[in-house]
Amino acid sequence: MLAYIIRRLLYAIPILIGVNLLTFALFFVVNTPDDMARMQLGVKRVTPEAIQKWKAERGYDKPLVWNSAAAGSATLTDTIFFSKSVRMFAGDFGRADDGRDIAREIGQRMGPSLAIAVPTFVLGLFVAISFALLLVFFRATTLDFAGVVLCVAMMSISGLFYIIGGQWLVSKVWHLVPISGYSGGLDAAKFLILPVFIGVIGGVGSSTRWYRTIFLEEITRDYVRTARAKGLPERVVLFRHVLRNALIPILTGVVVVIPTLFMGSLLTESFFGVPGLGSYTIDAINAQDFAVVRSMVFIGSVLYIAGLLLTDLSYTLADPRVRLQ
Amino acid sequence: MTGFAIQPVLLWSDALLFVLIAVVARLSFWASRQEALRAAWLRVLKDGVAMSAATVLAVFVLIGLLDSLHYRARLPDQPGATSRYAVEVNSALDALLSDLRQRAEKTYSAPLATHLYAKEALADSAQREFPRLKYGGAHLGEELSGYEFDIALRASRGLAGGLAVWLLLVALVRRVNGLDLKAVMKVGAGGTAAGAVFITLLPILLLLGLAISLGGGYHVFGTDKVGQDVLYLSLKSIRTGLLIGTLTTLVMLPVAVLLGILAGYVGGWVDDLIQYLYTTLSSIPGVLLIAAAVLMMQVVIDTHPDWFATSAERADARLLALCLILGMTSWTGVARLLRGETLKLRELEFVQAAQAFGVGRFAIMRRHILPNLMHIVLISLVMDFSGLVLAEAVLSYVGVGVDPSTISFGTMINTARMELAREPMVWWSLVAAFGFMFALVLAANLFADAVRDAFDPRSSA
Repeated sequence: MLAYIIRRLLYAIPILIGVNLLTFALFFVVNTPDDMARMQLGVKRVTPEAIQKWKAERGYDKPLVWNSAAAGSATLTDTIFFSKSVRMFAGDFGRADDGRDIAREIGQRMGPSLAIAVPTFVLGLFVAISFALLLVFFRATTLDFAGVVLCVAMMSISGLFYIIGGQWLVSKVWHLVPISGYSGGLDAAKFLILPVFIGVIGGVGSSTRWYRTIFLEEITRDYVRTARAKGLPERVVLFRHVLRNALIPILTGVVVVIPTLFMGSLLTESFFGVPGLGSYTIDAINAQDFAVVRSMVFIGSVLYIAGLLLTDLSYTLADPRVRLQ
Repeated sequence: MTGFAIQPVLLWSDALLFVLIAVVARLSFWASRQEALRAAWLRVLKDGVAMSAATVLAVFVLIGLLDSLHYRARLPDQPGATSRYAVEVNSALDALLSDLRQRAEKTYSAPLATHLYAKEALADSAQREFPRLKYGGAHLGEELSGYEFDIALRASRGLAGGLAVWLLLVALVRRVNGLDLKAVMKVGAGGTAAGAVFITLLPILLLLGLAISLGGGYHVFGTDKVGQDVLYLSLKSIRTGLLIGTLTTLVMLPVAVLLGILAGYVGGWVDDLIQYLYTTLSSIPGVLLIAAAVLMMQVVIDTHPDWFATSAERADARLLALCLILGMTSWTGVARLLRGETLKLRELEFVQAAQAFGVGRFAIMRRHILPNLMHIVLISLVMDFSGLVLAEAVLSYVGVGVDPSTISFGTMINTARMELAREPMVWWSLVAAFGFMFALVLAANLFADAVRDAFDPRSSA
């Protein structure tokens, strides 16, 4: 088991290097730092001095990968590639355009992101699985058909609509909760209820349909027929046998998401003014803060790879037959 | 003085769209001669829900195609000069809707309104009042005599017109095909799929009649901030949505198919390399990779203004680049699927037989593997469509979507969102954008489900 984890971790290294090289190419080779400076300072009236200053402030005034002016190991380390890309492996993301340390900012913003993402995830999973089990229990009836139609309709509605509509109805017409904002401690609950609720509603259509297909596939298996032949009520068959055996396909889709919960949700956070990582990313994109976007790309892929590893490990917990070699 | 009244303009996205249509036509010709594929398509054709969805989609595609025939109008001739053409690029849809396009008000007005949305100080009175619209209800005069009556009259005229066209169509088909009207109306298990098409056509024609009849004198969905008709904007958005939904898949498919088959069939270090490539790409969260790539694309476009002759060309280039970027992030899933399927196919008897006969590797991949993967390609094409249409709106909100000057559902929602805080609320452009998007995506989802069920028997539950 331990050997397997270590091997998987080693396997992640080339992928992370690939991600790192890709972001480096995207941010520094496709466009030179000069292009970025010109873009941010305005294309027309820009002096070479201003570009130099912009680059120096961000540490972009070094050579890309090979510093022939430096001596010794500094030929490799005193470059943009080393200081901006390689240093990310050590958790050093540099500074944002407003001068703040990106790593610290990320640490502070993780809390609010998780405060929304975790309840949304757990509640969404619970609602979708119960709803799917209900549909499977009443399979091939009008209720099942109506449920599937509802799911397809809900899938077809833009996520933006759920957020805008929810904010309008709950906060503006009913005045139940504040329209946006965030505060720490227990006070946060009143700010969190609406985004969590909307997040659950917005995702329930597609996930219910997905779980329903999984359950329906499972219900044709022989062990289900045996269980029914023993005289077990359908309720027990569904909850004790089908649900547990459907865990493997469910885990495949679900566990990989867990680490990325740290990233927060771009849309929800920015609409509700939550100071999490999602809104941080959106603000950075709008302000064209390249350093922050680059860091988030890197962190995102680290978390995704962690999710893949967790998925494999969760198989052994859900199904004792799976042995990882 | 020679020169035509219009000068056709072929934007890159138009060209690709027509290529796509040619490919689809070619493939459907090919499919119609393959027994198994024809059987699968016949299953789709017999599915009432699918045909109803296909009807709605066909209407959207028609609008999108009309909007892809671009031209530049000729400017009035000046004596002694060669004929010149306007800088503005218009489409056939613009020409059809020139009334809607040109009757711009000053700013917001509600659906079917006769007055602007906000009070203004008028020149001849001390009080602030709602100014009269320039075009909305202009035929009623200053006194607005019989406003309700006019609306009701126009509405009923539109509905009657829609109904008449529908009845005419039904009669025509009956005449030609000998279709029984009673049989047509009966959908479901015993009915025909043609019934579903006609039943779907009825509300579409009724709505069309309403829109034409009311749109002649009013702004059916109101006007936006700069006074543009929201109905016009919604119709123009359709092309953008369709382009993003289809071109993305079109540009990513060749890469996905080639790499997927190569990885599965050749194996060895080729397989390792391709797997590494798509694992790396797919481990970057999609939105972030798209955002990073679009940011960089913006830098390229902004630092090279000399590449594009007109602003329409620049917006078009941005749209295409967005499709490319979306394709870059979405080919990995399809490639993985195709690789797995190729691994299975490689071991089957007919491929082994071909190998034994000494058929070359590439000939096997092209002649024996590729045709057997087409159903996966098709399913991914239709399944991705609705997700991409929805993604466009989100990306435009995030600020990494289409060019702000391109009319799309995303840009409509994005501008309308700013006005939600106003009192009274400006809701109409949001509702129009979400409504059109919902119709398009729902139809696409239903159609995609039917196609998947018909081609992939395993998935039908």
